[in-house]
Amino acid sequence: MIDHTADIGIIARGSDLPVLFSNAAAGMLSLLIEDHATQPGIAREIKLEAVDRETLLVQWLNELLYIIYTESLVLSKFDVLIDANHLVARCAGQYVDLKSPLFKREIKAATYHNLEIAERDGEYSARIIFDI
Amino acid sequence: MTAWQGDIRRIDDYRWEIPQDYKSGMRVAGLVYADRAMLDMIREEQALEQVANVAFLPGIVGHSLAMPDIHWGYGFPIGGVAATRVNDGVISPGGVGYDINCGVRLLRTNLNEDDIRPKIRELVNHLFNNIPSGLGSEGKIRISEKEMDEVLTAGAGWVVKKGYGNSHDLDVTEEQGCIKMANPDKVSARAKKRGAPQLGTLGSGNHFLEVQAVREIYDKTAAAAMGIMHEGQVLMLIHTGSRGLGHQVCDDYLRIMGEAVRKYGISLPDRQLACAPVESGEGRDYLEAMACAANFAWANRLCIAHWVRESFCKVLGRRVDEIGLEQVYDVAHNIAKIEDHIVDGKRLRLCVHRKGATRAFPAGHEGVPGKYLAVGQPVLIPGDMGRRSFIAVGTENAMQETFGSTCHGAGRLQSRGAARRGMRGTDVAGDLAAKGIYVRTNSLESLAEEASYAYKDVNSVVEIAQGAGILRKIAMAVPLGVIKG
Repeated sequence: MIDHTADIGIIARGSDLPVLFSNAAAGMLSLLIEDHATQPGIAREIKLEAVDRETLLVQWLNELLYIIYTESLVLSKFDVLIDANHLVARCAGQYVDLKSPLFKREIKAATYHNLEIAERDGEYSARIIFDI
Repeated sequence: MTAWQGDIRRIDDYRWEIPQDYKSGMRVAGLVYADRAMLDMIREEQALEQVANVAFLPGIVGHSLAMPDIHWGYGFPIGGVAATRVNDGVISPGGVGYDINCGVRLLRTNLNEDDIRPKIRELVNHLFNNIPSGLGSEGKIRISEKEMDEVLTAGAGWVVKKGYGNSHDLDVTEEQGCIKMANPDKVSARAKKRGAPQLGTLGSGNHFLEVQAVREIYDKTAAAAMGIMHEGQVLMLIHTGSRGLGHQVCDDYLRIMGEAVRKYGISLPDRQLACAPVESGEGRDYLEAMACAANFAWANRLCIAHWVRESFCKVLGRRVDEIGLEQVYDVAHNIAKIEDHIVDGKRLRLCVHRKGATRAFPAGHEGVPGKYLAVGQPVLIPGDMGRRSFIAVGTENAMQETFGSTCHGAGRLQSRGAARRGMRGTDVAGDLAAKGIYVRTNSLESLAEEASYAYKDVNSVVEIAQGAGILRKIAMAVPLGVIKG
C-alpha cells in the first residue's frame, strides 16, 4: 500500500501478467472490503481489449468496480488470460449489499497516474493510485 | 512520502515560481500561491512536480497555477488551475477529475445558534435519515432513461420543474445550474446506469453536510447581500458532486483521450494528463459529456437542499419561509469551463480547468448573479469538520492572475493511512463532541480519514489567498453538526 495524500495507492506484483492483474484486483479489493467478506459462488466472464497493457490494467480494475457498483457483485477469484492487449478472465464472487458495513470505503476509480507495468528479473510490478 | 527537491523561486510573500526551464517540455512557468510555511508543507510531497507536469499541456497560457490548498493528486494536483486556448489548445479530463462538478451549496437561515443547539442531535439525525449517504446509497427520486437525459440536459432546472427547488435557487447557482452545451448522447449507457439510482445522494469519502453558525463577519455589506446578518446565524453547507455518473464519464473519456494523445502526437509526462484538442471531435465530445455530469451534480445538490429544507421544517415545526432557508450560492470546484479572459492585453477564448479550485469572478462581471453584482461572486471554502469554513468573494486581481479562480478548501496534509493511524473513528467523533460538534457517519474508517488534523488549517489557506488578492473574505462559520458520507 502506498501513502498518498488525497488518495490511496498499491504496488502489485506477479510472476507474469495474469498473476499481476489478479494480484492488483485482490489489492484493490482489500482497500474496498473486509478480506473475509467474499466467497466465490457466482461465476462471471470478463473480456476486455485495450491499446496497451497499462490501459488494460486500469480497464480491468475499473470493470470490477463497475460490476460492484451496478450489480452489487463482488468478484474475488480470478483466472486471467492475457494475449497481447486482450484479456479474458473467468471470475467468481458473491453478491454483497453495498450498504453492508463490510465495505470500508468507496473507490471512485483506478487512475492512470504515473502508471507503468515494469518487468525486472522475471517479476512484473505496477504502482496504481486509486481516486477515493 | 518523498519530498520535492525541484527548483522554485520566491516572487513575493505569497507567490512562488517554478521556472519554465525546470523541466524540458514545460510551455509556461508554474505559479504557486503560498507563504513560506505553507510552501514547506507543500514540498513534503510531489504536488509541485504535478504543477510542472500540467505546464506541458499544449495551448496552456499564463501559468500552470497552484492555489494555496494544493496537494498531491493524480495527473493534475488538487488545487490546480490551467487555462488552455480553445483554438489550438487541449482539454484534459484529468484536469477536472472523476468527481465532475464536485462542489458546495450554502443555505442561510433566520435561525440563531441558540435555536439549534438544543435540537442539533435531532436535526442531524433527521438529516442523516432523510438524505441518503454512504456507499450504495440510492436516491428517493426514481428516474426513467428519458428523465435521466432531461436531468443531464437541464441540470438543476429539471429539479425546479419537479417542484424540489425554486427559481431563486437557480439564480444563485454557477451557470444557473446548467451548462448548455450538455449532450446526453455523449454520455455512455454505463455512466447513466451507474448514476441513475444516485440522484439526490450525498455519497461517501470527503462529502458532507454541515450545520454551521456564523462566528465572524469581515464585510457587513457583502455579507448582508448574501443574507448573512449577524454572528451566531445558522447556515447549512452541502458538499457533493456527480456521483458514479461523473466517475464513469471521466473513466470513459480518459480511455478515449489516451488514444487521442497518440493520434494527435501529444507528448505528456503523465498518462493521467491525457487530453485532446478542445476543438477536436474527442475534445468536444468530452466537453458535452462533462457538461452533462456537471448538470447532474447541480441537480443532485438541489435535491439534497430540498430534503435539508424538509428536515429543518420537520424538526423545528416551522414553515420553510419562517426558517428562511434561502440559497446563498452553489459553486463547482472540479470543472472545465469555456470562458473569455484577457491575456497579455488580448481577449482570448480559453478552456479553464479548475481541479480543486473555485471560480472567483469579481463585482461587475457578467457571470455574477444580479444580487451579487456589486460585491462579487460568492466563493464557498469549507474547512475540515472540526474547525471553520469561509465565505469569500472573487476579485479583479483573481481575474487578472488566476483566470478568476481561487482556493476550494483546506487541502489535505496527511494521507488517509496516516490519519487512520493517528486516531480511531470513534475517538474522532468523541473529540468533535467535546468541541460541541455532533457527527453522524456511515463509516468510522472514513471519519478517521477525514479527521481535522489530516487537513491544513483553512485559515492559513484563506489568509494566503486574501494576501495574494485572489479572494476577499466576507464571513467565517464553525460547525455545529456534521454528516459524513
